[in-house]
Amino acid sequence: MSIEILMPALSPTMEEGTLSKWLVSEGDIVNSGDLLAEIETDKATMEVEAVDEGKVGQILISEGTEGVKVNTPIAILIGSNEAPHPTIKKIAENPYIEKAILPTKNKDKEILKTDSNSSFITVREALRNAMAEEMRADNNVFVMGEEVAEYQGAYKVTQGLLDEFGDKRVYDTPITEHGFAGVGIGAAFGNLRPIVEFMTFNFAMQAIDQIINSAAKTLYMSGGQMGCPIVFRGPNGAASRVGAQHSQCYASWYAHCPGLKVVTPWSSADAKGLLKSAIRDPNPVIFLENEVMYGQSFDCPNDQDFTLPIGKAHIERTGKDVTIISFSIMVGKSLEAAEILNDKGIDAEVINLRSLRPLDTETIINSVKKTNRVVTCEEGFPFSGIGSEISAVINENAFDWLDAPVTRVTGKDVPMPYAANLEKLALPQVDDIVNSCINVCNKS
Amino acid sequence: MSVDLNTAITKEELLDLYKEMRLIRMVEQSAAKAYTLKKILGFCHLYIGQEAVVVGVQSVQIEGDSVVTSYRDHGHMLACDMDPKGVMAELTGREDGYSKGKGGSMHMFSREKGFFGGHGIVAAQVPIGAGLAFAHKYNGNKNVAITYFGDGAANQGQVYESYNIAALWKLPVIFVIENNKYGMGTSVNRSSAGDNLSDRGKAYGIVADIVDGMDVIAVRDAALKAMDYCRSGKGPYILEMKTYRYRGHSMSDPAKYRTRDEVDEIRQNSDPINNIKSILDKFGLKDENLKIIDTEIKSIIANAATFAQESPEPSEAELFTDITIN
Repeated sequence: MSIEILMPALSPTMEEGTLSKWLVSEGDIVNSGDLLAEIETDKATMEVEAVDEGKVGQILISEGTEGVKVNTPIAILIGSNEAPHPTIKKIAENPYIEKAILPTKNKDKEILKTDSNSSFITVREALRNAMAEEMRADNNVFVMGEEVAEYQGAYKVTQGLLDEFGDKRVYDTPITEHGFAGVGIGAAFGNLRPIVEFMTFNFAMQAIDQIINSAAKTLYMSGGQMGCPIVFRGPNGAASRVGAQHSQCYASWYAHCPGLKVVTPWSSADAKGLLKSAIRDPNPVIFLENEVMYGQSFDCPNDQDFTLPIGKAHIERTGKDVTIISFSIMVGKSLEAAEILNDKGIDAEVINLRSLRPLDTETIINSVKKTNRVVTCEEGFPFSGIGSEISAVINENAFDWLDAPVTRVTGKDVPMPYAANLEKLALPQVDDIVNSCINVCNKS
Repeated sequence: MSVDLNTAITKEELLDLYKEMRLIRMVEQSAAKAYTLKKILGFCHLYIGQEAVVVGVQSVQIEGDSVVTSYRDHGHMLACDMDPKGVMAELTGREDGYSKGKGGSMHMFSREKGFFGGHGIVAAQVPIGAGLAFAHKYNGNKNVAITYFGDGAANQGQVYESYNIAALWKLPVIFVIENNKYGMGTSVNRSSAGDNLSDRGKAYGIVADIVDGMDVIAVRDAALKAMDYCRSGKGPYILEMKTYRYRGHSMSDPAKYRTRDEVDEIRQNSDPINNIKSILDKFGLKDENLKIIDTEIKSIIANAATFAQESPEPSEAELFTDITIN
């Protein structure tokens, strides 16, 4: 007998991990349930248990190897009385190894030139750096949320904050979103600057009354007395294969409401610059991150004073034929689409909105005047979505400049399905953006 | 009425309690009249009958304490020393109101006086109060947050989320349940399981007292005890005030869910202002002495009404201010 032990998937979005430590050696007998190895993902370090029984015939991936893809064989289990099988491939011959040890490369175009003033870091690290820097600068800034302290963050975004700032600045809350959001708002009314992490924005619906009725409206209702300087942050939108209740984009829900600012970073620089601005902002800010983006790396300025203004969009790629307007994870997909379109003779401009409220209508309108064609792109549902709003803004302000109707690429108007094929159909894909652009350019 | 005349309360303090309760009642009566004249519109929830609760508690607060309550908030604002002029101007939607006319009856605030609203969503003020207490603890001061809510709100989930967090983190917050026996038209017996709402803190280890909320001295004593407890860092405290509102839930509620006899019985035998009058009587202060105070209050209210009437409606430019801070 010979059974391949495969690199396990330990979370819905995990694609690779580090085999940090072997807990068995070649020749050891293992029983079902015995610990085999420690695997580190971008979320956590986990111990992997044996499912099958037998003898460790060969270890294929040595400990300390980074970037081991899920489903890569990492060891071979043989019968308890067998000698190692002679036909087992040596490590050097293992077809998975070369692939496994390659570091992850960001597929997206480099936005900033790497130099001594910037680092190639993940969105996750950029968010953490932003919080840590602002906490160092202002004692009134503190973090609260589910698993943000001792667990080091459900998605590791708050990793290390408890160690550096202690339990007077970093609070694990009970799993009671409505209550702890209200406590955060009260603390903000009391002149503190809370950062409230929701494990995901799906769970923030439990707290949405406090966010809208208490945080967003009280300044107005009090004639300007009751500022509420608070950041609500966490992953928003679809993760992967987690079904309808855990995969939804709330961008248009919050962007609908006066009194809130709504920020949607894409890259590491966006994440750092916008989160620092959000923490310094005297208003309630909804900071919509994306779980799939957490592990992606980009160049990011090291400067402690680096911020990006809330309310300003960024043109990620200039072009003259069509404007693709997107935010968050869809910016990367829009840039991929732009490259494909380039090969087809269409020169697309890609706008990263960065912030949805306030919306940078000036950048949008100026781009429309240049390209005369627009495709909006978002993960959320089409009905009353961000694309609908952008379309209305363009109609009201630049109707005469349009050569084609504004076209929306959105998630489908259905609850998110679980099955892989249906989930893919429900989410906007690069091809959808490409096809919409071809249509508005009349080049089909 | 059990009052120990040796209790450490002076005649002046008693007079202050009387004056404050009388002010609240007369402002509310005046608001009721203004409502029927369509000078106040929208929802208007009166505090008549419950005056002893907020007056007794606020009489022992110290500088820097925070107060937050529901939409039945006029009495709380007056007890926090907010100006009746600003309150009346807000009730009538005028520029000189506490919220520039943009909040109305349910949404008034004064940072200066430590009054954080005025919240229109049932029980939303409870976690906010816990958060204000969090800020006091975070800043290391000795202040407390006083969070008022009714028996109706006491069934909201966020109350228990707040109890849990306040007890876990030992937040200096006093949860004052104003049990006036009706959540809108549903009696507490028909809406709330269990004997006493204050019992519900036991599961979280929160100390609770039941207080005769029609007796301002009892309220004051209970509040002092609770504040000492909170200020010493021991965590939250619950005070369940057994009280009663004489008027409907709001001005538009005919209150058919209870009998006239029930209301009259309380008015005659338990009225908080009559109760303190009988104590003042024992101090030798008769009705004629109190009439001087009543006359003063009438003049305060008349001035407030005139102030409100003369204050203009907010300018149209106010529509777009105070949405966010630039």
